[in-house]
Amino acid sequence: MRYILLLIPCIAAVLTPYYNITDPMLFGIPFFYWFLMVLIPASSLFIWLAAKTGGDDL
Amino acid sequence: MSGINVTATAVFIFFFVLVTVMGFIAARWKAGDLNELHEWGLGGRRFGSWITWFLLGGDLYTAYTVIAVPAVVYAIGAYGFFAVPYTILIYPFIFLTMPRLWNATHKRGYLTGADFVYGAYGNKWLEGMVALTGIIATMPYIALQLVGMEKVIQALGFPHEGMAGHLPLTIAFLILAVYTYRSGLRAPAMIAFVKDIMIYIFVIAAVIIIPAKLGGYGAIFDSAQKDFAAQLAANPSAPARGILLAPAQIWPFITLAIGSAMALFMYPHSLTGVLSASGPKAIRHNAISLPAYSLVLALIAMLGYMAHAAGIKVQNPQDAVPQLFLAMFPSWFVGFTFAAIAIGALVPAAVMSIGAANTFTRNLWRPFVNQNMSPSEESTLAKLMSLVVKIGALIVILFLPTQFALDLQLLGGVWMIQIFPAIILGLYTRWFKGGALLAGLIVGLAMGTYLSYGPTSWVPVSKAFLGIPLYNGLTAVALNVLVALVLSFILPANKSDELTEADFRDAKA
Repeated sequence: MRYILLLIPCIAAVLTPYYNITDPMLFGIPFFYWFLMVLIPASSLFIWLAAKTGGDDL
Repeated sequence: MSGINVTATAVFIFFFVLVTVMGFIAARWKAGDLNELHEWGLGGRRFGSWITWFLLGGDLYTAYTVIAVPAVVYAIGAYGFFAVPYTILIYPFIFLTMPRLWNATHKRGYLTGADFVYGAYGNKWLEGMVALTGIIATMPYIALQLVGMEKVIQALGFPHEGMAGHLPLTIAFLILAVYTYRSGLRAPAMIAFVKDIMIYIFVIAAVIIIPAKLGGYGAIFDSAQKDFAAQLAANPSAPARGILLAPAQIWPFITLAIGSAMALFMYPHSLTGVLSASGPKAIRHNAISLPAYSLVLALIAMLGYMAHAAGIKVQNPQDAVPQLFLAMFPSWFVGFTFAAIAIGALVPAAVMSIGAANTFTRNLWRPFVNQNMSPSEESTLAKLMSLVVKIGALIVILFLPTQFALDLQLLGGVWMIQIFPAIILGLYTRWFKGGALLAGLIVGLAMGTYLSYGPTSWVPVSKAFLGIPLYNGLTAVALNVLVALVLSFILPANKSDELTEADFRDAKA
């Protein structure tokens, strides 16, 4: 489970052909950009979840 | 040149003097015996979660990044954003591997990545090669921090050429060299607080104020796309550019992100930042919290598009961000942002020189020249090396074309990944033979360099595998691992492996 949680943001980050699109836009920002920017805090969340489920000392 | 911007320069100098004083005071912070290498070069491993956050943030997201990433975005658009998936990939990796490395280094008294490699495989030639690769790749990186600093000093109105033009840079760097010599890693750790807070302030201001002046993000992206289309219409043979990736850019974008993520934590300065943490807990906290800087980086990258919308036209894309600030902000705030960028060069330059100096002392001088160094001899040598490394970088920037440092930096990344197998595989298994990893490393270095060679310039991407354009560092490390794997079946067992699984686990509190 710990490894899957860590892998999710990594895989999302390299699915470039799927996020290399303009629409849907957010505040005039193309999808490509806001998707990557949302993925950053999301990756933090996944790492935190991995720590919690994996029983790592935090 | 219309002359020096006095207000901006005054603010700039104020902050520069502030961090200089801090750099000297830092010697007394969390007092320890600076005549021991682990105190001078790793801050006595006493940096908790917060200090590590500022130090690593300041160390990894460098002044050069602040200038170069938006420069690429300004020049060719979406491709420059590879830095974002790159920094997303880093932290799950750090979370998984770096607490293990910290535990082993702490338990066995290692100070560098190459120390760990020797402990795991008992092969001093592998240790030496890992050390040498790290030092050679770090040198141009330090030089490029100077480029970042030079850009903002020039934008303040100082002359571009001649000794008078280089004087402010030289003075700034010599001051840095002196307080790093005195205070060691404590100096950049303390300065990083100021640097990072300043960067956060200017980025937040920039992403609110500039779009408000330019008619919002929609207008910014539209005008960037219009400029790219016009550039391609004027010169159809120019490299692809646009606010989305061209099909031919997709594989290079992905592999550059993966390869860069693999390389980053092999650099001595990144490992120095991690190993100076007070424990595995601080490292895990940072794996979760450091992405905040990645968000800042993404916003900084957007500055490249804002420069288009603001009508900034520059010959060298690296001037785009300084010129944008000059056009958009009042003088005092320009001084503040430029100071943030310049101080942003000092922190990584200091940590890089310390990381390189630690590595030189422990993994080249000790095994090959003098096996019986006392801790104070180690510390003296490392202090001296930190000066040599910085002065070397200064000479490169003053006397060689900037392109030389840029090319070497490109190759440095390709080389750095080649030590990934020796260090990271070693965290999980010592099945691989030291000699096999050494052979793989050398093959990887040669292959990476060969692939990067182009008749007119060095190139990061080539179609060596099935005609797909891939990042050379990644292609080379695949071959590197293959060689290490095959030879590990043939070669005799390692001389020694002082590590046990318990060494990698968290110590019981």
